[in-house]
Amino acid sequence: MDMLRKIAVPIAAVLIFLCLWEALVWVNQWPNYKMASPSDLPPAFWKFRHLFLEMGWQTLWRTVLGLGIAVLVGTGIGVLMGFSRIARDALYPLLVGFNAIPKATLVPVIALLFVGQHDFNTVLMAFLISFFPIAVSVGIGLSTLEPEYRDILRSLGASRMTIFWKIALPKTLPEFFGALKVSVTLAFIGTNLVEIVSPHGRGLGALFKSGETNGDYPLMFAVLIALAALGILLYYAVLVLERIFAGWAERPSG
Amino acid sequence: MDNLIDIKGVTHAYRTKSGPLPVLDDLNISVPEGEFAAVVGPSGCGKSTLTRLIAGLMKPDRGEVWLHGERVTGPRKTVGMAFQNPVLLEWRTILQNVILPLEIVAPGMPRRDREARALHLLEMVGLKGFEHKRPSELSGGMRQRASLCRAIVHKPDVLIMDEPFGALDAFTREDLWQTMRDLRAAEPFTCVLITHDLRESVFLGDQVFVLSGRPARTQAVLDVTLSADRTLDILFEPAAQDMLHYLRDQIRIAQGRDGETH
Repeated sequence: MDMLRKIAVPIAAVLIFLCLWEALVWVNQWPNYKMASPSDLPPAFWKFRHLFLEMGWQTLWRTVLGLGIAVLVGTGIGVLMGFSRIARDALYPLLVGFNAIPKATLVPVIALLFVGQHDFNTVLMAFLISFFPIAVSVGIGLSTLEPEYRDILRSLGASRMTIFWKIALPKTLPEFFGALKVSVTLAFIGTNLVEIVSPHGRGLGALFKSGETNGDYPLMFAVLIALAALGILLYYAVLVLERIFAGWAERPSG
Repeated sequence: MDNLIDIKGVTHAYRTKSGPLPVLDDLNISVPEGEFAAVVGPSGCGKSTLTRLIAGLMKPDRGEVWLHGERVTGPRKTVGMAFQNPVLLEWRTILQNVILPLEIVAPGMPRRDREARALHLLEMVGLKGFEHKRPSELSGGMRQRASLCRAIVHKPDVLIMDEPFGALDAFTREDLWQTMRDLRAAEPFTCVLITHDLRESVFLGDQVFVLSGRPARTQAVLDVTLSADRTLDILFEPAAQDMLHYLRDQIRIAQGRDGETH
């Protein structure tokens, strides 16, 4: 019963949303170059099914790779900031400043730096846009570790490395996954940004762009739906990882 | 008898923005092997600093700390610590939490032996059946029991406790006192207990050290002349009551309120 509700309620909500969308277009008698209706989408998906699979895969692997690099680099920076005051003082303004730059402005910079390296540029952008929350949350998680947690191992002569692996790192996992949920969405946005803007790009972003160029509006909307679906998939993948690695942080309910 | 812990003329100050803040001033404490030393004193008099000095987590500005005839220059594996906050690791089960020190101190010890040792202690403190629970599933008193097991699982010479029962309700606290007494009977260790609770110091201690207000020095030492197998009732007997009155007066002096009406 509980399981049924968990699955049935979200599905029902999506169906209701689609019905309202269909009704909106129908009531206003909008042509599909103004707004496509849900019923226009299945034919669009079917017509371009091979492209959707190929482009979706492109977008997916670049996002995941960019996010993976963001996890490594972000955690590295976070560890540095968590353990060294000097590193924290030095890196914070740089990071905040860098994060404040709208990433769209970096697209031409990157495109000029690495001309024609479409895969590389896309992954780079996914990484650049998504490492910040991870770095900050790991840094804060480590620097706010209560000294007593450190002392129970330090008083036994444990090395800093041991304390890091056994206590500091696992203890920051809930914060890390909180940040990862933000980062996964950001990385996805970064990937699509480059895909849409780059001439002769690949990925769902490029498919969207080609829909626009060819005036195929149902295709554009179909891409938007595909993006949403892929975004949900990525987000839930992070949730599953969180459940596995930081499930202990969830309080037993009731 | 040999002293296991010798604190000789320890003076320590913290560096703060408004200059050095002296916390310990020529402090002397000696604890013979196997004895239980309770340390009481007004709030903020540097008692926690004392625990960190004995554990080798800090070095005193002046003076020396000796354990087992060796000068303490850094952390050592023969120390166990318990704090007011049980600091159990939420991602580990109770059993895994208790085993933690063995992973550092005896990395070669077979897993089965580690678990057997931990289970034995958990059973002694009344946590049999809870070994596979997470800390968040246990009550405050139970968590503190697990924390005690972790503090002594590697058979330390010295157990240092910094107000371990301070956050518990009065009845749970009394239960823990008895658990502590039973653990001591079963496991030989020398103990330093920092506490605010005079009844606790008399029930558990062989000696009670009263520290003066900051900077702390040893203001008075009380030998607790009660039998080793104490029950809670003993606290209501005249001998214990006299000691409690004496300690109460000493604390009042330490707080610098000797002249106040009371």
